[in-house]
Amino acid sequence: MPRSNRPLFLARAPYKRRRLRDAARLLPVLGVLLMVLPLMWTPDSRVTLRSWDVAYFFLVWIGLIALAAAFAPGLRAGGGSEDEED
Amino acid sequence: MQFNLLVAACLLYVIFLFAVAFMVERRAAGGRVGWLRSPLVYTLSLSIYCTAWTFYGAVGYAARSGLEFLTIYFGPTLVFIGWWWLLRKLVRIGQQYRVTSIADLISSRYGKSNTLGVIVTLIAVIAATPYIALQLQSVVLSFGVFATGTPDGVTPPDAASTAIWVAAGLAVFTILFGTRNLDAKEQHHGIVTAIAVEAVVKLVALVAVGAFVVWGIAGGVGEIMARIDAAELSAWQVQPGRWTGLIFLSAVAVITLPRMFQVMVVENDDEGHLARASWAFPAYLMLMSLFIVPIAVVGLERLPADANPDMFVLTLPLAEGQGGLALLAFLGGFSSATSMVIVESIALATMISNHIVIPLWLRLRPAPEGQGEDLRGVVLMARRLAIGGVLALGYGYYQVSGGSAALAAIGLIAFLGVAQVLPAMLGGLFWRGATRVGAILGLLTGFVVWSFTSFLPSFGPGAVLSETVFAEGLFGLAWLRPYSLFGTEAMDPITHALFWSLTLNALAFCLGSLLSFPDPVERLQGAAFVKVFEGAVGPQRWARGQAEPEALLSMAQRILGEEEALSLFQAAAREQGKEGYLPDPTPGFLDTLEARLSGSVGAATAHAMISQLVGRATVTVEDLMAVASESAHIMEYSAQLEAREAELTRTAGALREANEKLMQISIQKDAFLSQISHELRTPMTSIRAFSEILTEGDLPPEQVAKYGRIIHDEAKRLTRLLDDLLDLSVLENGTVQLNLGLASLQQMLDTALTAARQTRPERSFTIHRDLPSEAFYIKTDADRLTQVFINLISNARKYCDAPRPELRITVRQRGGRVMVDFVDNGKGIPKSSQALIFEKFARLTDANRAGGAGLGLAICREIMANLGGSIAYLPGQGGAAFRVTLPLRLEKAAA
Repeated sequence: MPRSNRPLFLARAPYKRRRLRDAARLLPVLGVLLMVLPLMWTPDSRVTLRSWDVAYFFLVWIGLIALAAAFAPGLRAGGGSEDEED
Repeated sequence: MQFNLLVAACLLYVIFLFAVAFMVERRAAGGRVGWLRSPLVYTLSLSIYCTAWTFYGAVGYAARSGLEFLTIYFGPTLVFIGWWWLLRKLVRIGQQYRVTSIADLISSRYGKSNTLGVIVTLIAVIAATPYIALQLQSVVLSFGVFATGTPDGVTPPDAASTAIWVAAGLAVFTILFGTRNLDAKEQHHGIVTAIAVEAVVKLVALVAVGAFVVWGIAGGVGEIMARIDAAELSAWQVQPGRWTGLIFLSAVAVITLPRMFQVMVVENDDEGHLARASWAFPAYLMLMSLFIVPIAVVGLERLPADANPDMFVLTLPLAEGQGGLALLAFLGGFSSATSMVIVESIALATMISNHIVIPLWLRLRPAPEGQGEDLRGVVLMARRLAIGGVLALGYGYYQVSGGSAALAAIGLIAFLGVAQVLPAMLGGLFWRGATRVGAILGLLTGFVVWSFTSFLPSFGPGAVLSETVFAEGLFGLAWLRPYSLFGTEAMDPITHALFWSLTLNALAFCLGSLLSFPDPVERLQGAAFVKVFEGAVGPQRWARGQAEPEALLSMAQRILGEEEALSLFQAAAREQGKEGYLPDPTPGFLDTLEARLSGSVGAATAHAMISQLVGRATVTVEDLMAVASESAHIMEYSAQLEAREAELTRTAGALREANEKLMQISIQKDAFLSQISHELRTPMTSIRAFSEILTEGDLPPEQVAKYGRIIHDEAKRLTRLLDDLLDLSVLENGTVQLNLGLASLQQMLDTALTAARQTRPERSFTIHRDLPSEAFYIKTDADRLTQVFINLISNARKYCDAPRPELRITVRQRGGRVMVDFVDNGKGIPKSSQALIFEKFARLTDANRAGGAGLGLAICREIMANLGGSIAYLPGQGGAAFRVTLPLRLEKAAA
């Protein structure tokens, strides 16, 4: 369906907001990468848990939460408007 | 710790929860929701994701398989931090279409199909039963921990009776607060708040135990890190496939679990809450898991080897003599289990009553025309029974399975069961091509594969599936073994089941969708769901049916209750400008009514009930086209407006031009009038003067003859002038008689050149012609055409101001038309005058006024129009240039 009423280019603030959403959308990709990464460090022989493994995962987790918290107000700013599906 | 003290604490806690729920319900009834609907409460209510499986099971999981328990929390974290857009779409659809459960969502999306509603309900119930059993088991186990070795001699009840008491108590609580009223929006403020309170309790309890373990037992963070290194915990089962598979599975489950859908979508009031939850919920999960590993490590270290790691959260504080802490932990675990069971059973009961009981009831006991019993009672009773039934199922499963030790495995199997909804759900939200047939096929395929590879084998070899099936495959086919379907042996059972069930499910869903054609309601709903943010498609449109408003009212009363139905109808009637309670059954009103009813009994049932009364079951393809053409009309209309505007602009431009021309013509006319009077006056003056002289007589005869000739010449000039004027008016009126015949163009040009030589005979003119190109015959009025040629050549002779005047005559034929160009080498006609030269009385500079009244070109133009051709000035030819265009064969009709 044509969306003739949508502007092709945006002002600075909506543009920033949209990029913020893009960043938020990419966050899970970064998250998956960081969560899977340690599996590749581990040589097959080592099966016991090191405390650093635990610390690593929780640091990653906290980092992701902090990023999400930083994005959250921006997500809400345009909340409910119709321009954010893409 | 005394066992009866424990029971008392437990009872007090439950009473406290009752009080919270009751007060909140009171507040909500008074319309004072306020903080009850804050993002904080919303986030906390989401924490029912963390069940007793988390509270107790995670420690056991960590003790058995290291960090793998983290995957269960990583999945939801990923979904919430980044994929709020998916959740937001869910929530928006849920609010807009008053979705009551995940089964309702699927059924509503695929054309309000109750079949789908039933399938999803059954899958959810089957998947949830073991999960509820798990919660019961955890509560029973936790009671058991306190019961062992009670010094006060009170004989604790055995596990079975504990379980039955817990199940019954939960059923009572849920029924009391979950089915108090049949809300139009299926929201339960009291329960949500109670769950938020429980969320706080379980977080505080787990963090307290964790802090005690880290700082109380181990003696600090550095110390606990050293112990983790020292402990022989396996890091993870070194299978990247399983690790990522579990993250994916838990990410899916957080969207598709019926209880998560209930708190996330159905109980949601404000999309904005999702933004807060996007980081707060992951933070909650993170805090819940923070101390799991330390508790597991210290537990393994301190407690006897045969202790159940699932109960470390309780047994560790008990072993260290911290009775109060253990009690807190117990309440935390109790909270986890009860909140999950309450919400899950509400969600399942809604699904069961809306998709199974009510449709059956309506079919088996069709209401007599015009009146029927109050359905609300039936719905509420169905829900109460369903809650009881769900808990009974859970209890039954618990009894049958005998409380197997590993909680985590059951949890994962339940996750995988509800995950089968994913393809139909995502497809329904983002793909308009997804159809009911595809959804049914996908769900059934996924369900069958899940049952065969995961659910049934979980009962153990020999229980449901015989050992031969495990070893040799179904029907002795080796590629149909539950744990290695199609010979895939490399994966562990859960990854294997995840891979095959979701892959085959999605495959069946896509194929079914591609190969089937949706009916109109389905297409309408599909468009409405997928494009929910654009608001392009309204909900289902009812055609104006023959429904009796009275019948509609009595039906609405059955579901909404008398008072509410009446006020709804009255409002609608007032909107239509009518008095009383019976509005016309307009499409708009029927939509509103359906939306309202579907909030109570689900979309499929509401749709079926209304269509029963309206008499027409569905929208037709024509209606769909009408919806589509409505928007097309609007666009067409605006395009028309644009076109009209452009036309207006053009017309205005043309008018302006015409006006300018008129002004110039009027100026010219004035000029001409003085000119013509002058022209007429000059001969008249000389005629009068000479005739006066003649009347005086006494003149020599030669003088008389001379004066007579002058008078005659002047009279001829006058006649010619008047002839021209007459000619022009005849031509303009179109009353001229054309004398059509074949004539040679060459001859006509010859004649014209000869005739024109009389004009300024003193000038020598060089004529360029290409004789062969002129040698053809045309059918036209030769005299008139020659007149045009003479006029053009004479004009050239008169006005060409070059010292060596030349005239080039070029003849071309193109597509049945002849073009004759006359180009001289003078300085041409200035651009400003080009538009005027064909007007009557136009004359350019006075410099070359060689007689004539400026009618020549005007006559030429009229002649050419009568001959079916035209004459135009050609600019940019290096001099004055005229092009005469005329048809090669002029037919009479065109004349």
